[in-house]
Amino acid sequence: MNTVENVDTEANGLLQQGEHGIDQYLTFVMEEDEYGVDILCVQEIRGWEDTTPIPNAPDFVKGVINLRGTIVPIIDIRQCFNMQETNYGPLTVVIVLRANHDVGSRTIGIVVDAVSDVHSFSESDMHNPPSLGDAVNTSYIKGLAQAGNNMVILLDIDRALNFDELQGFVEQQPEALAATPG
Amino acid sequence: MSIDMEQFHQVFFEESLEGLDVMESSLMELQEGQADLEVVNSVFRAAHSIKGGSATFGFTAVAEFTHVLETLLDEVREGTRQITSEMIDLLLQSVDCLRDQMSALEKGETAVSEKSHELKESFLAMLESSDEVDLASSNTAPQKEAGCSEGWSIFFKPEIEIVQSGNEPLRMFRELSQLGRLKTTALIDALPSFTALNPENCYLYWEMELHGTDISEAQIKEVFEWVEDESEIRIEPLTSNINSELKEDVISELKAVPTEEGADNNETNSGSFSKRESASIRVGIDKVDELINTVGELVITQSMLSAVGQDFQMDQLGRLQEGLNQLAQNTRELQESVMRIRMLPISFSFNRYPRMIRDLSKQLDKKVELVMVGEQTELDKTVLEKIGDPLTHLVRNSMDHGIESPAERLEAGKSETGTITLKASHQGGNIVIEIIDDGKGLDREKILAKAIEKGLQEPGDRLSDEQIYQLMFRPGFSTAETVSDVSGRGVGMDVVRRNIQELGGTISISSIQGEGSTITIRLPLTLAILDGQLAQVGDQIFVFPLVSIIESLEMRGVEVGKAAGGCDLIKLREEYIPVVYLTEVFGISDQPVILDESLLVVVEGNNEKIGVVIDDLLSQQQIVIKSLEANYKKVEGVSGATILGDGRVALITDIPELIQLSGATHLNKLEAGSATFPADPQAA
Repeated sequence: MNTVENVDTEANGLLQQGEHGIDQYLTFVMEEDEYGVDILCVQEIRGWEDTTPIPNAPDFVKGVINLRGTIVPIIDIRQCFNMQETNYGPLTVVIVLRANHDVGSRTIGIVVDAVSDVHSFSESDMHNPPSLGDAVNTSYIKGLAQAGNNMVILLDIDRALNFDELQGFVEQQPEALAATPG
Repeated sequence: MSIDMEQFHQVFFEESLEGLDVMESSLMELQEGQADLEVVNSVFRAAHSIKGGSATFGFTAVAEFTHVLETLLDEVREGTRQITSEMIDLLLQSVDCLRDQMSALEKGETAVSEKSHELKESFLAMLESSDEVDLASSNTAPQKEAGCSEGWSIFFKPEIEIVQSGNEPLRMFRELSQLGRLKTTALIDALPSFTALNPENCYLYWEMELHGTDISEAQIKEVFEWVEDESEIRIEPLTSNINSELKEDVISELKAVPTEEGADNNETNSGSFSKRESASIRVGIDKVDELINTVGELVITQSMLSAVGQDFQMDQLGRLQEGLNQLAQNTRELQESVMRIRMLPISFSFNRYPRMIRDLSKQLDKKVELVMVGEQTELDKTVLEKIGDPLTHLVRNSMDHGIESPAERLEAGKSETGTITLKASHQGGNIVIEIIDDGKGLDREKILAKAIEKGLQEPGDRLSDEQIYQLMFRPGFSTAETVSDVSGRGVGMDVVRRNIQELGGTISISSIQGEGSTITIRLPLTLAILDGQLAQVGDQIFVFPLVSIIESLEMRGVEVGKAAGGCDLIKLREEYIPVVYLTEVFGISDQPVILDESLLVVVEGNNEKIGVVIDDLLSQQQIVIKSLEANYKKVEGVSGATILGDGRVALITDIPELIQLSGATHLNKLEAGSATFPADPQAA
């Protein structure tokens, strides 16, 4: 009798933890900064491969690849976030993510410099991003968290990888559109 | 029995809907006053299996309704009743009603509708009003619905082959014995001698007494639900000796059903074929066998190849190549037979039109005969499902605008009855559907005047017939003087064209005034695979749908002219064709194209031609279309992507979009005045 009750409370505790407790984040590095995405969104991590460019797509869309029969677009998070473009090499990493949007979900690959770690953050560890006014769009940031001495920027994948919003976001900052293709 | 019946619901709905289709098309064949027994039987069978199924699944409303229908049909079958056009109308209406009930049930709603009550009333009235045969017996006092106090006497003589149809008398008795105390007497006088006895037949029949209170006749009937038509069954209360037959019981029982005055339910139902894109498909066994054969061959090829590969030496190269060729052939065959599984004859779509024409000709007071040609032509199920609505619209249009009233027809020296022909055929990789009417044809001037009035066309332009007919596909165009129930809302034709274009097809009209018009729809056979031509542009490979390619030529020595709009043109035979640089349109590179080393692919879409400059033509192959939109979004000028043999992704060009994107349409407008130029006004 006793033991059964114990198990019960334990299970309850675990459940609660899962609900609004600790989430795990996969973090990656770009220009010294550490970013995190919900690990449940991550489908796989793979090396960079040549893509097929999409006509008249914005610059940050690098093209599409064949992921075991599915056509998956690859976007360069650096360019989305207005960072310096780099050359892709054998060490460049693509994280394949599953992002939800209004109708269903999309599989999208993002190019990052390197994958760093997996951290666990509870909700209380997370801080709201500072409001920087209209000048900077922070809607795709879920929150900020501290991992050791580093600050981790947690991304809201569903928003960050929404093509319609991304487009608008980049258009606000003309320098990001270095050159329209063609 | 604790089987979860819900798992069979979907199958039941599909089967019932198929049954209803059969009923409908058979009813169309029935002629007033003459009962073709074969046809009546097929209607009866369909109604019967719907009844049986719905009773099994507890959809009593449907079961009761079909029962009345069946009673009526039974009388026709036995020859005690003549077929009247009124009866056919009523039966057709009930098919609609049942279809509504099915879709309501499928959505988990209740199937009882006022319409069904109304129809049931009419059926009962018809049954009542019938010949003397019935009157004699229907004078007997109606029995009470409630249980008989002492019990029932049941006589059950099954059809001799009852066991072979999957029904088992023992099981029925067991069920009966659950209702009350059952006393069974088996009668064996029909037993043949031992040598003549077929062990699979049932020679016995029974007399039973079922004692118990609170047993209703309906409960007993339910036990015999599946066999009542093939067997001789008599159910009588133990106390009374009224010798009524089942048929009358049914009538009296149904009279007890409460009736409501149906609300205003006069909407024509011929158009209420809801959009059903069912998730399962019925496949003929021959197609499956073919598939299995092909897979068998594939396995043989595979084992042969692995034998070659086991200990490979260069002198076996010939065998390896041979094996690979065989593999390629097997793969193609396999692909074809898999595709064939998805193919259905177009009659699935055509079959609704006889009914529609019948209803419409009454409504419009016109006499129309429908001729169908090539209804066995097969096409992909997805295409078939999506083509239904546009086709319906076009047929309605032909009825409403095309065919004249009988008086007008006589005046024009034609026969009173108009003809609409639906014709389907294969042409290359396409299916061509034609809707031909022998009506008054299109009125060129009227269409033009209307287009100008609606602001769709500038007055003063000289237009070819084809261009004028294309005006009808513009949004907001309708020439009907009054907006009728049938057509004339002005949303039709552009929706029709859009639907067809979504399927990768084209639509065109030709017409001779006074003699009729022909609408031609061209559709690809399937949506999933297309024959593609790979083309190299820069370091990229693009796929052109083979059907859209007219020809390709070397650019060396071809003179490229400039048009006023700043667009390049070449003269190909008698036509001027705008030249489109894919590198420019798709933003591939800024490098100027060296024309002398390039090729030009002339492609056509939407009745327009353009020449696309490419670097090189690669192989022709079948490609599997993959969606770009699933994970990205719609890309202008690209209809999808495919995966090449080496695993790379190649984009498939969308020719009509490419034409728009290239601005060639702009040029067309500039040149619209010239008679030699194939301009399309609606693209302007």
